[in-house]
Amino acid sequence: MIRLEKRPQPSRAFSLATPLLAVLATMFFGGLLFFALGKDPLASIQTIFWEPLFGEFSFFYRPQLLIKGAPLVLIAIGLSLGFKAGIWNIGAEGQYIMGALFGAGVGLAFYPVEGFYVFPLMVLAGAFGGWLWAMIPALLKVKFGTNEILVSLMLVYVAEQFLASMSLGLMKNPEGFGFPGSRNLQQYASAHNADLIAGTGMHWGVVAAMIAVIFAYVLLTKHRLGFAIRVTGEAPRAAKFSGVNPTRLVLICMGMSGLLAGLAGLFEVSGPAGQVTIDFNVGYGFTAIIVAFLGRLHPVGILLAGLLMALTYIGGDIAQSKLGLPAAAIQVFQGMLLFFLLALDMFTNYRLRLGRTEAA
Amino acid sequence: MKLTKLLTTAAVALGLATTAMAQDKTKVGFVYVGPIGDGGWTYEHDKGRLAVEEAFGDKVETVYVESVAEGPDSERVMTQMALDGADLIFTTSFGYMDPTINVAAKFPNVKFEHATGYKRADNVSTYSARFYEGRAIQGHIAGRMTKSNIIGYIGSYPIPEVIRGINSAFIHARKANPDVQFKIVWAYTWFDPAKEADAAKVLIEQGADVVLQHTDSTAPQAAAQEAGNVITFGQASDMAQYAPFPRVSSIIDDWAPYYIARTKAVMDGTWTSTDTWDGIGAGMVGIGEISDAVPADVKAEALALKASLADGSYHAFTGPLNKQDGTPFLAAGEVADDGTLAGMNFYVEGIEGDIPQ
Repeated sequence: MIRLEKRPQPSRAFSLATPLLAVLATMFFGGLLFFALGKDPLASIQTIFWEPLFGEFSFFYRPQLLIKGAPLVLIAIGLSLGFKAGIWNIGAEGQYIMGALFGAGVGLAFYPVEGFYVFPLMVLAGAFGGWLWAMIPALLKVKFGTNEILVSLMLVYVAEQFLASMSLGLMKNPEGFGFPGSRNLQQYASAHNADLIAGTGMHWGVVAAMIAVIFAYVLLTKHRLGFAIRVTGEAPRAAKFSGVNPTRLVLICMGMSGLLAGLAGLFEVSGPAGQVTIDFNVGYGFTAIIVAFLGRLHPVGILLAGLLMALTYIGGDIAQSKLGLPAAAIQVFQGMLLFFLLALDMFTNYRLRLGRTEAA
Repeated sequence: MKLTKLLTTAAVALGLATTAMAQDKTKVGFVYVGPIGDGGWTYEHDKGRLAVEEAFGDKVETVYVESVAEGPDSERVMTQMALDGADLIFTTSFGYMDPTINVAAKFPNVKFEHATGYKRADNVSTYSARFYEGRAIQGHIAGRMTKSNIIGYIGSYPIPEVIRGINSAFIHARKANPDVQFKIVWAYTWFDPAKEADAAKVLIEQGADVVLQHTDSTAPQAAAQEAGNVITFGQASDMAQYAPFPRVSSIIDDWAPYYIARTKAVMDGTWTSTDTWDGIGAGMVGIGEISDAVPADVKAEALALKASLADGSYHAFTGPLNKQDGTPFLAAGEVADDGTLAGMNFYVEGIEGDIPQ
């Protein structure tokens, strides 16, 4: 008989090994899936994981990893602070949209004035927009005890309606022949979040993501607030005794995650995306939840997890066009990653025992 | 900064050169907004791709990526295709417009074809179909067949393309039946079976016994079938699995001849940047078989309308027509010019409700 036994202490070794094992298991079972689809499994896995990093055109794909990974990392860092403390902001997608709308709104309002101050103002507005949107579920939670999971999630759909309204109305490009979508900020130098060094993919969002990683690391290890966050998540009662103010913590955690999601939206709309369109959001806010957990809610882990997710997206697209793998197979592959992570996660707290007596 | 840019460009050019030498096949790439199994828009584009393969055999190689989000993701996918040595790339959604222009600027030797957009360059053509001609026929059949006089319309996005379709259907429904009302629901998606099914159900509950759709899945067909007394029309693809009822006819996008012609032009070195907007006459818009659920006289009228649209003796937007607010749009006998049609952002007189802003 095989049975599960709770470990007296969560295994630190397993906690660190789980993501790696999950990736390996995904490669193996993903390979089986690709084989079942009649593709060479080794070539498929190689295309997804190797090609973007070291293949013939890696000079193009490596910067793309930063572009795709930066918003994921930025959002996931914010989410992880709340998640650690048991505060569940599921609506980062909405905060990302609002950040983009506020930031782009400021930029478009200045058009066509050129000035060094335009972009910094947009950054402030973007951060404010995301923060504001996260404050709604936060205030409702601390005032009326509403569930922040539901409220923040529902506000995503409200934000999407705002986005549609802005693309079709207020922010519509007056020179766009009636088509929806704003002016392209890439063509407005003062508002353009361009590569800091051309061709490297290093835009301000990437810089912000790196700063956020360092900031979160210092916060969690050195700062009193980091202690409050950790202790609240691990032992809420103990947190109370040690003088943590739960109301303040909710406001801070929600506020910070909203702010970072808003920044991610602003950097995306002013850089890689360029314009406010109805389909501007492509799910970074939701994927970041996966990234946060894949990275064990640890800043460095999140950085690596964000890049790994970006890799599967970019490699997945290459595999589609080079090997003719269907998009759905790639999505299954990405889903496997989370599935195996959660499944293997169990072994952090439990271990397998080959039982002899009781069951027999 | 200049130097690195130069180096990147050189590297891109080099990458292109090596792959171009390595192959003598013409490589054609397709970027799709939905899955190839959507049964509508993307499905028909993919049929066009397969037709290209069939027409040129081993002289051509086609690649595609499906379900590509509009924005930076599409830009990356296009760049990747160009790097991999594609000679011609079809980008098949309106939202790919700016990304197509951006990537085309980096790869002057690769030809791009963008569907339904309005931005062109030396190596970027645009193409679209006059779907509104098909909408006229749908509108006529809908107007003649509705008993509740309420026609439901599932709009995707309020862009000129879709508004043109609504206007054309409405004009011809009213001509056939002056009591007709349109109810319009905006789904804000091109392809989302769940949302489309909800939209169809809402319209049916409001009394619509005809549901027209400008979204790509067959979900509204399924919803109509369930309701039992509602007719529908296939969108982008024939959707014949729902014939003869509820699907009584369809608009079929036939991209194959265009894709074959453009691929041929690249092979022959005769490709130039153009703007193509073809309709029923040129075969880009097909009308799926009108099923026996439609009375014979209505069917005959619809076919006559189709013939007059095909030979150009009749234009779907012929005056006298007013705009929704009552201001004149076209004088008697006047037909709308392509510029007005391309940017159409108003309803014609008689349609209730506002275009979402």
